[in-house]
Amino acid sequence: MNVFLKIEGLTVEYRSGNRHVHAVNDLDLQLGEGEVLGFVGETGAGKTTTALSILRILPNPPAKVLGGKVIFKDQDIIQLSDREMRAIRGEEIAMIFQDPMTSLDPVKTVGDQICEMILLHRNCSKKEAWEMAGDMLETVGIDRGRAGDYPHQFSGGMKQRVVIAIALSCKPSLLIADEPTTALDVTIQAQILELMKELKKKYQSSMIMITHDLGIVAEICDNVAIMYAGGVLEYGSVMDIYKDPRHPYTRALFDSIPDVHRDQARLKVISGLPPDPTDIPSGCPFHPRCPHCTERCKTEKPEVVHLNETHWARCFLAQEEGRYEHE
Amino acid sequence: MIKYILKRILYLIPVMLLVTLIVFFLMSITKGDPARIVVGESASLEEVEAMRESMGLNDPFFVRYLRYVRDLFLHGDLGTSYKSGLPVMKEIMSALPSTIKLSLAAIIIAILVGIPIGIISATKQYSFFDNFTMILGLIGISMPIFWLGLLLILLFSVRLGWFPPSGLTSFRHVILPAFALGTQSIAVFARMTRSSMLEVIRQDYIRTVRAKGQKESRITLDHVLRNALVPIVTVVGIQFGNLLGGAVLCETIFSINGVGRLMVDAIKQRDFPVVQGGVLFISLAFCLINLIIDIAYAFLDPKIKSQYK
Ligand SMILES: Nc1ncnc2c1ncn2[C@@H]1O[C@H](COP(=O)(O)OP(=O)(O)OP(=O)(O)O)[C@@H](O)[C@H]1O
Ligand SMILES: [Mg+2]
Repeated sequence: MNVFLKIEGLTVEYRSGNRHVHAVNDLDLQLGEGEVLGFVGETGAGKTTTALSILRILPNPPAKVLGGKVIFKDQDIIQLSDREMRAIRGEEIAMIFQDPMTSLDPVKTVGDQICEMILLHRNCSKKEAWEMAGDMLETVGIDRGRAGDYPHQFSGGMKQRVVIAIALSCKPSLLIADEPTTALDVTIQAQILELMKELKKKYQSSMIMITHDLGIVAEICDNVAIMYAGGVLEYGSVMDIYKDPRHPYTRALFDSIPDVHRDQARLKVISGLPPDPTDIPSGCPFHPRCPHCTERCKTEKPEVVHLNETHWARCFLAQEEGRYEHE
Repeated sequence: MIKYILKRILYLIPVMLLVTLIVFFLMSITKGDPARIVVGESASLEEVEAMRESMGLNDPFFVRYLRYVRDLFLHGDLGTSYKSGLPVMKEIMSALPSTIKLSLAAIIIAILVGIPIGIISATKQYSFFDNFTMILGLIGISMPIFWLGLLLILLFSVRLGWFPPSGLTSFRHVILPAFALGTQSIAVFARMTRSSMLEVIRQDYIRTVRAKGQKESRITLDHVLRNALVPIVTVVGIQFGNLLGGAVLCETIFSINGVGRLMVDAIKQRDFPVVQGGVLFISLAFCLINLIIDIAYAFLDPKIKSQYK
């Protein structure tokens, strides 16, 4: 197996009437086996849409994949039949969703919801599946005696644990976690994050961690993809991105984090508005907000500039070493 | 749960008492002298007065009402029909099986046809099937029972001779009246099933199931339909109630000796005890249907179930 996960030129659009929302535009991404990729971007950047495309569970209509390849373990999963794809979902690729409050079926017990996943992919009896579901609950820190309870009897943090238990129950080789902590309050966030770190060690699966929290990325990721307006602008190891960011947008993201050690009078906000997904700017999508914008940026889309084996950026100025020092 | 059901059954008693009071009151202010009806048009004034006295019609309203309730609760006695002289209970009991057969057949047809149509429409939203059946449904909802009934008789009995036009003695007799009675419900169930399933299809938890690798057909039945069931069961209950009203018309058109027809005839002849008894039975049926629906909720919605534990 040469490629674990590689996305090339993925383009996804949401259509409603005459409105075309360009959610994902010509997106490139790669992920090696056992790696954890941080997928960072503002709200509306297309992170969830990308994740749903990998599992092929975009709502259709309105979503439509207009082009691109999603190579997973050497096969393009966009080309697979529905039946082949169903075998991959849950078994090979599993997902933890953004909002645990709405991710569980309200009329089924949590035990049944874990069992459903196990029964779909394992040859076992209902009773064995129920046992395994109990084991999974214990793995995520819930008493197995609660398997017969319904989602409304759990708190938000516990629901997210259940969702994690479902996702991990068939030991997927790729786990996509879509902002697993955003909807939870801060102390619970820390607990869930801790749990995910533990499970990452235990299960050794590759992971895509979608977030807009650069702190989370630093804690558990190996590589980072910086997403903007439906495309990846910069990709690299955590070291590369944190120590040597090359794209102006990545720089701006780091600048917008308040730093207690520096006496910053106020938070730096990225100037300008986030892009309108129905009307993505020509050339480099970040050019209207970029402090280093040139004429060329407005018309021509920058190609990928490789800085080392893993680090690349889509910016004409990426090669210019030390250009930020004067600021 | 058992406790809850028992409690609900006990609640039926005051409700039914109130219903009897209202019906009794309405009957007592209706024009027409029951004594005159019993003795006939040609009887003299003295004879009528003697009859009034012996029927207890000269007693105050509440005395008469309490007597009625006492007889009902202690002896299951609903009085005697003015026309036939038979006990009302007996008349209703002989008419009841037809009405039950008819309305059960109608509701079962409506469920078996309406809900699957709704399921297919929801999974294939805006397809030809969806548009076609929803237009048909609109027509079905706005079709009056008596008109549809006559149309069905004209086509299937008179023209084609496939089904008998009247009576209720065999299975073949049930088909036409049950369809006439159930058509509106078919349309209501199809529309309700479709809309509440479309509501559920959009939910995040359906996406979670899809992400597990579940088959579309199982997603539709196990998760979407299952979650959409509460509103569907609600309209089934409401329609079942409405159907009892429709049965009156339907029994008249198809000459079926049911409770509805019994009451229509009784109203025409001012046979008050029969009317009262009929209304009482229909109200009781209404209450029982509601009770069953409420119990069904508890089984369908775990949130309600945990309240009753
Ligand atoms: N079902 C949908 N119909 C129409 N547009 C949609 C739909 N889902 C998402 N979009 C649009 O697609 C774009 C990308 O959405 P997406 O949910 O992928 O963003 P995201 O990066 O996950 O954001 P967030 O951080 O808020 O979760 C947004 O502009 C959004 O409005
Ligand atoms: Mg999202």
